[in-house]
Amino acid sequence: MSEDLRAAVAAGVLGAEEEHRALLQSVVEVARAIFSARASSVFLLDEEADELVFEAVAGEGAESLIGQRIPSSTGIAGWVLVTRQPLVIDDLANDPRHARDVAESTGYVPHGLMCVPLLHEEKALGVLNVLDRASQFTLEEMELLGLFANQSAIALDLLQRARRAQAVLAESGDPAEALARVASLLEGDNGDAGRKLLGALEDVLRPRM
Amino acid sequence: MSSRPLPAWSMPAGRGEDLQLPVEWPAQLTREWAWGDSTGKDIRVCILDSGIEPGHPLVGELDEAVAVTVLEGDEIEITEDQEGDLCGHGTACAGIVRALAPECRISSVRVLGAGFTGSGPALLGGLRWAVEQGFDVINMSLSTTKRQFAGILHELADTAYFRKTVLVASAHNMPVESYPWRFSSVLSVGSHEEPEPLAYYYNPNPPVEFFARGVDVEVAWLAGGKLRVTGNSFATPHMSGICALVLGKHRELTPFQLKSVLYLTAGNVGGGR
Repeated sequence: MSEDLRAAVAAGVLGAEEEHRALLQSVVEVARAIFSARASSVFLLDEEADELVFEAVAGEGAESLIGQRIPSSTGIAGWVLVTRQPLVIDDLANDPRHARDVAESTGYVPHGLMCVPLLHEEKALGVLNVLDRASQFTLEEMELLGLFANQSAIALDLLQRARRAQAVLAESGDPAEALARVASLLEGDNGDAGRKLLGALEDVLRPRM
Repeated sequence: MSSRPLPAWSMPAGRGEDLQLPVEWPAQLTREWAWGDSTGKDIRVCILDSGIEPGHPLVGELDEAVAVTVLEGDEIEITEDQEGDLCGHGTACAGIVRALAPECRISSVRVLGAGFTGSGPALLGGLRWAVEQGFDVINMSLSTTKRQFAGILHELADTAYFRKTVLVASAHNMPVESYPWRFSSVLSVGSHEEPEPLAYYYNPNPPVEFFARGVDVEVAWLAGGKLRVTGNSFATPHMSGICALVLGKHRELTPFQLKSVLYLTAGNVGGGR
């Protein structure tokens, strides 16, 4: 419980759900800006359902399709997720099946696609797509995309852990839940007074030798 | 060459003549010696990937196509592949190998399609099966970040190496720890930007060993079509094709010797002549 408790404290501080959404939106917007791309989108892995979920889009794309699910190990995104290898395709229209698949999640048929896995430590969290960049792709750009995906994955992993911990606490009748809530409030305006109070409580409750 | 098998663990005293190599190496090793006139004839190449589209004009006939299914308890079943390619990537790799080594024999082991959660066991099961089949070359444009698989992958890579199967794997160009490309028994491949399919370079800064063509490559894709693609995963089958060419002419080479030939014929070492 102690690790979850610590994470729950973080979750309380971060307001995880809202921050998660904002972070995903920021990831696709920055990715689009870095590569002067027409659009960027991100799919995250839903481990329980074993599916990829369309989570955010920047630039040209259909926001109404957010929440759409695709298989986790087929198609281009599935291949990138499973193999952990980034992939660039320059004339996607020549692959009618995938062009249609991508079009369904973006609202238009892109010519070019860069797809990179979001990896943090052992985990594959999802894939990041950059659609229709302005210039010819180079290896340098691929490295840049890899670095950016890495940074995004670290942030996403942190927030996802906080979300999971919040979910655990929401379902739990554990006495630690109340404690976690109290602990999360220590970062607030009354933090000093709260810490003194908890210190006094600890003193009273600690078994005497 | 001696008719006696080579000693496995140590060389008996005075038996140096038993260790003669089955082929005489030239003082100056050239690409002409390495693979001149070779078509990779009869060299068995395994593409461990998303499957291969049957009858693709840039790939031609396949020796065999199997799919790896993950059953309950992570048990593995190998069956004839009825679905072909679930992405296009395996077909692309097969086409690259075919273009370089037109007379090699290509087989497909599809490890994709088991969902993400089944992908680790499928990768291990597929690789184990491929190593057991004794392929000459196994092309693996895949990697895993799961540490729990690292030990078994390492054992499989070593087993392949000692059985004279060359495991050619894509290096990761992202800042993560992944396998099996990092193992020294594997021939690991990154990309260069040149357009020549036979241009490759030795990397003096490990762990990536060789750089091959991986940028803006025209490849076979689904529905008999073609695409232009970029990635280390396309550099890898270039090295696999070149391995098939060398083995087509020098079948007896061990993976160590093959790596030595590739080193000596690399563009930045002495190759290209």
